[in-house]
Amino acid sequence: MKIKVLVAKPGLDGHDRGAKVVAMALRDAGMEVIYTGLRQSPESIVKAALQEDVDVVGLSILSGAHMKICSKVLQLMKDSGIGNKPIFVGGIIPAEDAEELRRAGIFEVFGPGTSLKSIAEKIEETVKK
Amino acid sequence: MRFMEPKIDQLRVSKVLSIIENDTEEARRIIDELPQRDYFVIGVTGSPGAGKSSLTDRLACMSADEKSTAVVAIDPSSPFTGGAFLGDRIRMRRATDDPEIFVRSMASRGNVGGLSPSIYNTVELLGRSGYERIYVETVGAGQSETDIVNLADIVILVLAPGLGDDVQTMKAGIMEIGDIFVVNKSDLPGSDQLFSRTRAILELSGKQLPVVRTNSIKGNGIEELHKKIGAILEDHVDSGRLSEKRRKRNLYNNLNSAYQIIKEHYAENAKLEELIKYLLENIGRESK
Amino acid sequence: MSNREKLEKLKDDWKRERVTPLLKRFPERKKEFKTSFDGPVEILYTPKEDEDYEEKIGFPGQYPFTRGVQPTMYRGRLWTMRQYAGFGTAEESNQRYRYLLSQGQTGLSVAFDLPTQIGYDSDDPMSEGEVGRVGVAIDSLEDMETLFEGIPLERVSTSMTINSTAAILLAMYIAVGEKQGVDPSKLTGTIQNDILKEYIARGTYIFPPDSSMRLITDIFEYCSKNLPDFNTISISGYHIREAGANSVQEIAFTLADGIAYVQAAIDAGLDPNVFGKRLSFFFNSHNGFLEEIAKFRAARRLWARIMKERFGVTDEKAMMLRFHTQTGGSTLTAQQPMNNIVRVAFQALAAVLGGTQSLHTNSFDEALGLPTEDSVTIALRTQQIIASETGVADTVDSLGGAYFIEELTDRTEELAMDYIHKIDDLGGMVEAVRTGFVQKEILDSAYKYQVSVENKEQIIVGVNEFVSEDKELKDILRLDPAIENRQKKKIEKLRSSRDNGKVQSLLDDLREGARGSDNLMPFILKAVKAYATLGEIANALRDVFGEYTEAVIL
Repeated sequence: MKIKVLVAKPGLDGHDRGAKVVAMALRDAGMEVIYTGLRQSPESIVKAALQEDVDVVGLSILSGAHMKICSKVLQLMKDSGIGNKPIFVGGIIPAEDAEELRRAGIFEVFGPGTSLKSIAEKIEETVKK
Repeated sequence: MRFMEPKIDQLRVSKVLSIIENDTEEARRIIDELPQRDYFVIGVTGSPGAGKSSLTDRLACMSADEKSTAVVAIDPSSPFTGGAFLGDRIRMRRATDDPEIFVRSMASRGNVGGLSPSIYNTVELLGRSGYERIYVETVGAGQSETDIVNLADIVILVLAPGLGDDVQTMKAGIMEIGDIFVVNKSDLPGSDQLFSRTRAILELSGKQLPVVRTNSIKGNGIEELHKKIGAILEDHVDSGRLSEKRRKRNLYNNLNSAYQIIKEHYAENAKLEELIKYLLENIGRESK
Repeated sequence: MSNREKLEKLKDDWKRERVTPLLKRFPERKKEFKTSFDGPVEILYTPKEDEDYEEKIGFPGQYPFTRGVQPTMYRGRLWTMRQYAGFGTAEESNQRYRYLLSQGQTGLSVAFDLPTQIGYDSDDPMSEGEVGRVGVAIDSLEDMETLFEGIPLERVSTSMTINSTAAILLAMYIAVGEKQGVDPSKLTGTIQNDILKEYIARGTYIFPPDSSMRLITDIFEYCSKNLPDFNTISISGYHIREAGANSVQEIAFTLADGIAYVQAAIDAGLDPNVFGKRLSFFFNSHNGFLEEIAKFRAARRLWARIMKERFGVTDEKAMMLRFHTQTGGSTLTAQQPMNNIVRVAFQALAAVLGGTQSLHTNSFDEALGLPTEDSVTIALRTQQIIASETGVADTVDSLGGAYFIEELTDRTEELAMDYIHKIDDLGGMVEAVRTGFVQKEILDSAYKYQVSVENKEQIIVGVNEFVSEDKELKDILRLDPAIENRQKKKIEKLRSSRDNGKVQSLLDDLREGARGSDNLMPFILKAVKAYATLGEIANALRDVFGEYTEAVIL
């Protein structure tokens, strides 16, 4: 079965190099990647996750707005009835915040310098479980 | 945005679609349990960069005002890794923001005709789930994507200036499949020319098919196009062409499903595959 | 035998007799050595006999400006050390600016938050979580008045990193000036106003390209008449490089953007001999030390040639490429962050050896969050050390004539020119951006680079080699989350105290103007003065222009 991943850029930050490079890497790892582009509201991200029935959601945030955005996405995921889809977050996230995000229900936080291979592996491992 | 309270249970539809995409036998079982319903499939095809997605986005929003609407957008799978990049939601901001419209991206998964292996069952499930208008956007890889003709009740062929979309140089096959021709990007230079040339060619070939000019970014011409689609569908109903189309779609769906089931479960039997492929390629030929 | 042939023969002899035998016993570290743009790097470079020195290299301050735009360069005056700053509310930023000015700084460089850059008010749902984060939040003229309170605008030069809403912020700046009794003609500064690179790399676009280009030429035209000393654009390669472009792509796409703006200005009836002098550029300084130096030199020569040969400019001053440089943000690592101080130093040195007019050095902690005061100070000290201790500022273009540097300069210029021709063939930069050609080229480079890091073809110290257990940085700047609410309350109060009827009718006028072809600056200025908010003005324009959706390029 193909792994389906949603890669989204929430918030207003326009630095999409990381999101796109990760999307390319996941595609090259044989996954089907749904890319939604810039400026996605938490609502449209959760709607996309629901309609596309993805296995994993990846969010890329570099503007510092990660706490607010993630808590909203988590809440909406719950409300929508999708259930516990693993959510990965990449970007400039201070260690303390990363800890808090994990506690709140974000599956994993990838900081700058994370290898593409390890992201793909982590996703495969998570989905197979 | 109104959220998570659409009339049709999207979560259920979405989950079932995943089953359909991966297990054809199970797909048939699920679909057979649901009551049959009437629905229209509107195919949107054309070259890459012609503006298919943004046009589909506009049309879907317009039809959602009257009918429950779904969109299926197909993108190519990589032949090397099997992975795919599905980016159609980017250009479908309006439809994806509308709580009632169901948008699903699909990878072609090795299918060459511009569709995906499970598209027939996908469309059937959406129809039986209550979607009355189903837009299917093909890969648009430029090759002749004639399979859409077998699937859709009506095919919109999108052209745009500056893409080498000269109808004279287009493969005969692609001209054959259009029920409506759209010259998109009407603000670009070369649009007038493309419009009149398309009309001339259609006239020469003795076809009285509508050609509509649109600007899918600004929205010009979309209403006219939407009305034309409605009129043609109505005409199809009256002339009985529609039931003929549906009969064929069912035929194709059955064959395609048989082919998929064989592929999924009896992949090693090459001869069987050959036979099914032959049937798929040759069925319906006589009608052209 | 010519000198050139003689030299070639000597080099061949040397290779055969000295290099080849040695390589058998001691092979080189890599199979091939390459530049960031995949060009070969040979073992040794020797002089080119056929070089026309005057035509290709020349003298500083003379066409084609390969060696620099001024005759004396840093022997006269050092480059301007200009650090970009701003966050939170207008009050906080105002305090910071007043402090900086009291310390002898004469120019301000204003960073705006993302809602301000993309035309949303702080109370717009789209702004949630973003208010005051990456810069100061400006919702209306009221905020702008606060931002510059007590700062005499006729005496400071203000640089504003603002693009799709540049017309609105510039109008607010003009209005603040008028309130202070400063005539617009006395205002000096720069607005970035470079929308093409927003579509390509930075993402703060609003409107489709044709409407954006119209706004830009409206600004050009308005300023040429009313703010003659204001730099109306800073054509930026910085973000293009950050998005993953290589050095050749950085200058090729930046200069191609420049060509599009100059052509638009000419089409709007402006004289490139006059207008050309108001253009400034903004580049990145990355890790490839020699490659970067060559890049700056190539960019200067190429732009001079473009202005002269393509646009027929006769005034040499309008052919000069003057540029600001910032060290490469994407080269900063979150691992072993102190190493970044060294990276920044090399990058800054390359910018100085490449002849930059001003420089921003990044702080070592920026891969982790906003920089602290301590880290900003080290960044500034790095520039001061280069300027006062290394001696590199004492002669002009000290690497000019170095065989490898000249070869790289030629190669960079040539390959950039190939790209520019390709873009011309595609119908110009606006079209090349609309179809996603440029974005695709950059993404391919970014992906290739990332794969080379994964394969360890490219070593990043502390990331894929020389890795050590991280010591966590304790000192990270945190923003007060209450800023968003404060800003929301302010805007609510404003909406209940201003003349809303007047605001609505001025916004209607703006819509009407946008449908026609009149210069939009006067409409925007009127709306701003009546305290229409940034979001309201941007939305009025959205109504008419629509919004841009990014090109799908994967």
